[in-house]
Amino acid sequence: MKWIDRVLHLLGVTEGQTVSPPIDAAGKVLIVGSPNVGKSLLFNRLTGQYVTVSNYPGTTVEVTSGLLHTAKGVFEVIDTPGIYSFNPITAEEKVTYDYLFGEKVRAVIHVVDSKNLERMLPLTLQLAEAGLPLILVLNMTDEARDLGMIIDIAHLQERLGLSVIPTTATTRAGIRELVAEIPRVMPATGFRIDYGPLLEQGVEAVTAQIGTTGHLAPRTVAVLLLQSDKAGFDSLLPGRSLEQIAAVLSVVAEVQRRLDHSAYYYASYALKSQVSALLTETVRCPPASARPFRERLSRWLMQPLYGVPILILVLYFGLYQFVGVFGAGYLVDAIQTAFTAHVSPWADRLVQALIPWPVFRELFIGEYGIIPLGLRYALAIIFPIVGTFFIAFSILEDSGYLPRLAMLIDRVFKRIGLNGRAVIPIVLGFGCGTMATMVTRTLETRRERVIATFLLALAIPCSAQMGVIMGVMAGHPGAMGVWLGFVAVVFLTSGFLASRLIPGQGPSFYMELPPLRLPRPANILVKTMSRMTWYFKEVLPLFILASVLIWLGQLTGIFDFLIRGLQPVVRLMDLPPETARIFLFGFFRRDYGAAGLYDLQSAGILNGNQLTVAAIALTLFLPCVAQFLIMGKERGWRTAGAIGGLTLGLAVGCGWLAEALLRLTGITL
Amino acid sequence: MWFRYLIPRLRFDMNETVSPEIEELLQHLYAVQAEQAEFHADFAPPELLVQARREGWVEAGTESHRLTPAGFDIGRAVMRRHRLAECLLQDVLVAKPDRLNDAACRFEHLLQHGLDERICGLLGHPRTCPHGRVIPEGECCRRARADSIREVAPLCDGKPGDQGAVAYLATRDNREVQKMMAMGILPGAKIELIQRFPSYVFQVGHSQFAVDRPLAEIIYVHWRKSL
Repeated sequence: MKWIDRVLHLLGVTEGQTVSPPIDAAGKVLIVGSPNVGKSLLFNRLTGQYVTVSNYPGTTVEVTSGLLHTAKGVFEVIDTPGIYSFNPITAEEKVTYDYLFGEKVRAVIHVVDSKNLERMLPLTLQLAEAGLPLILVLNMTDEARDLGMIIDIAHLQERLGLSVIPTTATTRAGIRELVAEIPRVMPATGFRIDYGPLLEQGVEAVTAQIGTTGHLAPRTVAVLLLQSDKAGFDSLLPGRSLEQIAAVLSVVAEVQRRLDHSAYYYASYALKSQVSALLTETVRCPPASARPFRERLSRWLMQPLYGVPILILVLYFGLYQFVGVFGAGYLVDAIQTAFTAHVSPWADRLVQALIPWPVFRELFIGEYGIIPLGLRYALAIIFPIVGTFFIAFSILEDSGYLPRLAMLIDRVFKRIGLNGRAVIPIVLGFGCGTMATMVTRTLETRRERVIATFLLALAIPCSAQMGVIMGVMAGHPGAMGVWLGFVAVVFLTSGFLASRLIPGQGPSFYMELPPLRLPRPANILVKTMSRMTWYFKEVLPLFILASVLIWLGQLTGIFDFLIRGLQPVVRLMDLPPETARIFLFGFFRRDYGAAGLYDLQSAGILNGNQLTVAAIALTLFLPCVAQFLIMGKERGWRTAGAIGGLTLGLAVGCGWLAEALLRLTGITL
Repeated sequence: MWFRYLIPRLRFDMNETVSPEIEELLQHLYAVQAEQAEFHADFAPPELLVQARREGWVEAGTESHRLTPAGFDIGRAVMRRHRLAECLLQDVLVAKPDRLNDAACRFEHLLQHGLDERICGLLGHPRTCPHGRVIPEGECCRRARADSIREVAPLCDGKPGDQGAVAYLATRDNREVQKMMAMGILPGAKIELIQRFPSYVFQVGHSQFAVDRPLAEIIYVHWRKSL
């Protein structure tokens, strides 16, 4: 779907910034390593280009590239999603393998967490055996030092036969040495892993059958083939005829049949024992002393007894007080007032002076014009709300709270067909559903990805929408309670039903819990800025487009026709006919519709019950255009279409149900 | 089954007098009597029944298949060893499920008293075999329950603060093995359980991980302190 990419690009919805390298780039430099070891931060340090960095595994879901200027020439540096081992489990890991196996690179930088060499060095050994031009970066040396670890770098370097560079990416220590090393690095040679008698036989048999290979050593290709299911064969044996691949396949199958365990098991075992032997020679670590405060705090966060009250506090202060009251209340009011006082009259005069035709004046300053509607919504309503949300979210991200929340909530999420890992896309969805839909890629099975995409489209209001709704309901605590409860029930019920209806294996949960870290204000600021830039690139063109479309619609009468068409639907929910307009706005953006609700509420058209029903229906309503396009791209158009239709039906149905329930129980909010 | 005649008659217990053929017969009769299994003439050839009656394992009378108390004990013990062997093959040696029963049939005669207790301890005194049938309890199981001593038990049976080393992974699922390897869980790795609820949190090396119950069930740990 090439045109979709182009549309997304035009709308500013691009996935990472892919900088096309100049022709004279001296080669590609690949950054690889386990999740949450600081690859992205190192990338930022090397290229000066910003990619999102946070304290949980799986922040980077796609490849980003940037340029590194050195005295020896310009290199294209590529940041990749984390891989745990030489064998992909989730979709985003596969991206990294495609890069590693696919093309010849100038250098591979393997970044590891110095505290956990035992777990990370097996991949180093494999990369070294593969004959890649490898540099080993021992990152987070500060945290290792705090634990009292002493690493004999020179000895490690000698044993591995490659350059080993200690760094602390947060403070830039070691970056200069790394930059100096990149132009010098040569393919690792002579490193050989002993896979043990059983697997070695098989490796030799397969190596003999495949003959010469590209830039990966034959032994490596053989081991990978023995570990893979059929999926990996194409990328590992490029340019072979079908008969040749079949011949290799039969040898592989024969070897696999003779092994009692999977080849992966033998390989891992051999790697682990070799790494252990290596580490006893090179690393000294004193036994752990008394439990530091952050370890105790971490355990409080994970105990339901303390963790749940802490979660409620986080939601209350982070979301309600900071985003809702401060962002959506105070900041929106202030900017709104300033806008009407200073920008609007000035824009009116400017447009009236420049444009003689009333029809075109309407486009800019009419009721739905670009300036009062598009620009005012974007600047006065969306900017403060989304901005405060992203600040709060960044602090949570960098502290390492989210993985602990994931472990706390896993049991609940299992009921709705997801696992604790889905907490990250779902929480991010409270910021921006489009971004969150992209992040669902970190989920393991297609079933989970579909369920998460569906729930994000249906029941997770984005921050702009939620902020406006909370602002509108500020004077009606009862209405807010009913709205919150109703949407929560819809979220859980639809998730529960989806998990029953969508076939496939149940989810399984495993997650690394990184140490709690104090968020660095600089990183919070840069990250929020980068997200806001991304958001505005997406949002502003759409807002302006919406104004243009509405203007055209009004001119041609289509707009009125659509509103009339929606009126019976709105009447079904016992809402005044004017609300038809905000549902139509909701098609363009969910928050756009919510902002319309804000105006209706200010005009005093809605009573408490109607406000609640409208808020419920709008929250559940179709996702915005950008989110819908990403859904199609990530999940396929049939799935996206089905989710869209279902969402629309459920939103109207639930609106009607809420109205009926309120009416029958005689509750007035 | 034909191949049992090929098996050398290994004996660990010199006082043992029962032949493997008789053991198989008593095992089958135990299943019929204690577990309501269907009687199969194939497993109980007439000449063996005659021999078993003569040796006092089966009650006298030509039509009877009832075991004497001594015969019942032997049948039960053989059944226990058979199912323990199945567990051992499945969990530790990760044998393919279709080969389980045949291999266990050969194994059960090798596991004599003493050795079966050791294996039962290694497996953590399992209650059921991989097919879900009950494993007759041994003396060691009763003792273990009374003292709550289990040398090797899955991670999900540990208490917060318990430490040990990973003994083996009870799975053949490649993806599960991959996840374990990714977390650095391999036989021999030192592990400490931190928390059980709502998810299992443990420490390996300097890293902490959280897993759900199904994953915690396949990690068998040789606990340093007895549970």
